[in-house]
Amino acid sequence: MAQPIPFDRRAPVQSKQPLKALPPNLVSDLQASAAFVRQHAIASIYHAGSGHPGGALSCADILACLFGAELNFWPDSVNDPHRDRFVLSKGHAAPALYAVGAQYGFCNKREALKLRKLNSPFQGHPHVLDMPWVETSTGSLGQGFSVALGMAMGLKLHKSQARVYTLLGDGELQEGEVWEAAMCAVHHQLDNLCAIIDYNKMQSDDLNANIMRLEPLAAKFRAFDWAVIEIDGHDIPEILGALRRASSTHGRPSLLIAHTVKGRGVPYMENIPTWHGSVKLTRAQAEEALGALGATREQIAEYLA
Amino acid sequence: MSAAPALIAQGNDSLREAFGKALSGLADEFQNVVVLDADIAGGTGVHHFRKSHPDRFIQFGIAEQNMMAAAGGLAATGFIPIVTTFAVFCLRAVEQARLSLAYARRNAKIVASHPGLDVGPDGGSAQALEDMAAFRAIPGMTVISPADPVEMKLATRAMLEFDGPVYMRTGRSPAKRVFGDDHTFEIGKGKIVRDGKDVTIVACGVEVARAVEAAELLAADGIEARVVNMATIKPIDSELLARCAKHTGCFVTAEDHNIHGGLGSAVAESLAASHPCPIEYIGVKDVFGASGEPDELAEQFSLTAPFIAKAARRAVARKKKAK
Repeated sequence: MAQPIPFDRRAPVQSKQPLKALPPNLVSDLQASAAFVRQHAIASIYHAGSGHPGGALSCADILACLFGAELNFWPDSVNDPHRDRFVLSKGHAAPALYAVGAQYGFCNKREALKLRKLNSPFQGHPHVLDMPWVETSTGSLGQGFSVALGMAMGLKLHKSQARVYTLLGDGELQEGEVWEAAMCAVHHQLDNLCAIIDYNKMQSDDLNANIMRLEPLAAKFRAFDWAVIEIDGHDIPEILGALRRASSTHGRPSLLIAHTVKGRGVPYMENIPTWHGSVKLTRAQAEEALGALGATREQIAEYLA
Repeated sequence: MSAAPALIAQGNDSLREAFGKALSGLADEFQNVVVLDADIAGGTGVHHFRKSHPDRFIQFGIAEQNMMAAAGGLAATGFIPIVTTFAVFCLRAVEQARLSLAYARRNAKIVASHPGLDVGPDGGSAQALEDMAAFRAIPGMTVISPADPVEMKLATRAMLEFDGPVYMRTGRSPAKRVFGDDHTFEIGKGKIVRDGKDVTIVACGVEVARAVEAAELLAADGIEARVVNMATIKPIDSELLARCAKHTGCFVTAEDHNIHGGLGSAVAESLAASHPCPIEYIGVKDVFGASGEPDELAEQFSLTAPFIAKAARRAVARKKKAK
């Protein structure tokens, strides 16, 4: 599968050079973005009266790094065939995706607070016909990973330099389709594919370990011959460094196992599976969460208005 | 080359072979077609494409769920992915077809060989009698089941020219020629194959040839049966059905599929809304299949011409009684 095919070919949006040194302010900018993602996700879940906060909070730093630094993807490149793609395979973290999209200009911050509302494009799980920038519709676990794989194949066939990133939940790995895709991506040497696991160790009902054990996780993917990198999924420089290492990996796909904390940033939610969701937040809970996430009194009032 | 093609009897006139050859022949015209296979190219007919266009043939191994969803990703990058496997294994990936193809409105095609009792000796586990029902229930999914090799070739082109997700049935065993070389095909349009005024037999796939045979049997009894080839099950040609209701006043539907959810249901839904009239259903009556040769199974499960003719007589009698 390597024959060139007629295609609107133009130079990649931006060539990807290894970062020798992080630009000044990048880390603090991304930390601020991640804080916004968390606050906005909590506010939208509060307004919706339902939604999954735990897994949205755990992946905020990863999303901020992708959209704020790694992806060659901006609001004016949504239709660029050579854009990098991001697929949220753990579709229930939609509030975090909408928030990071709002932060980087893909959608409106105020509109994105209409999460899960009638006639709002901000559905409970992302839908590509509502918002092209989410790349595909997800919510049924495992499928986003396969769609991302298909995109990576397609880009290779087009001889494009663009890369595909996908974020999976840890509970999602219990879907058999994930392992079909894991085998397939290696077989087809999709080194333009980077999967990231938001490894917060919890799923809907309980700890992964009590529902269906995932360990030894890194060993499983290494046995499938993925290039596996384990990182602290809340450490911005570490995430950025791993993404760059992944993009210089040749001949096989990369997997970032990002160790995270479910409910990260909201003390009463951290490491408690109940906050996987879908939950209804009271105003007091939302205020407390936003306060813990660094929102000022005025910002809290605005978020919850 | 896998050994499979040599192991499976491939009559040159089977629908799967007709599809495989047609696809290979169209590949230069449709440069963005890619074929996805789950280790059964010899069985689905796409071994022709693999030979003619190996660079656009993608092997997924025996992993249909991943293949179906990955087709969504390929479509998103500008390709027309043709997902090929047996009909029964398409059932295993219905949810992937629903979310990653239909819900996302991808221009992807699913081509299923080995549908219905036509599978034969492999037995009940391999005989998909539920696939048209499952795919028909997915919003935006077009479902087609051509009747003979001539129509299969035309339908393959029509499917590639059509923008949107399509589920198409081919067939395993040698198919009877129904149409001449002047046949035309349009998605969404049924066609009167033989005219008559007493009853309309609406059929798809292998049942069209049997319906034509049944019309001969009925003619000997003085019953003039109209035969409609309803190659598109969804969207169903309601306009043609309404005309047939006015002209003949009663129906028989015939399909190599469960009587629930497939062609018969589609016809009944359409007629109930506009021209309620007697309908008799020929199909597998909500049971699983079994091993046997396709003709033996068709006989045992009441899909052959005499059963269709009998159903037509029942429909005509009901119509007369209602008057």
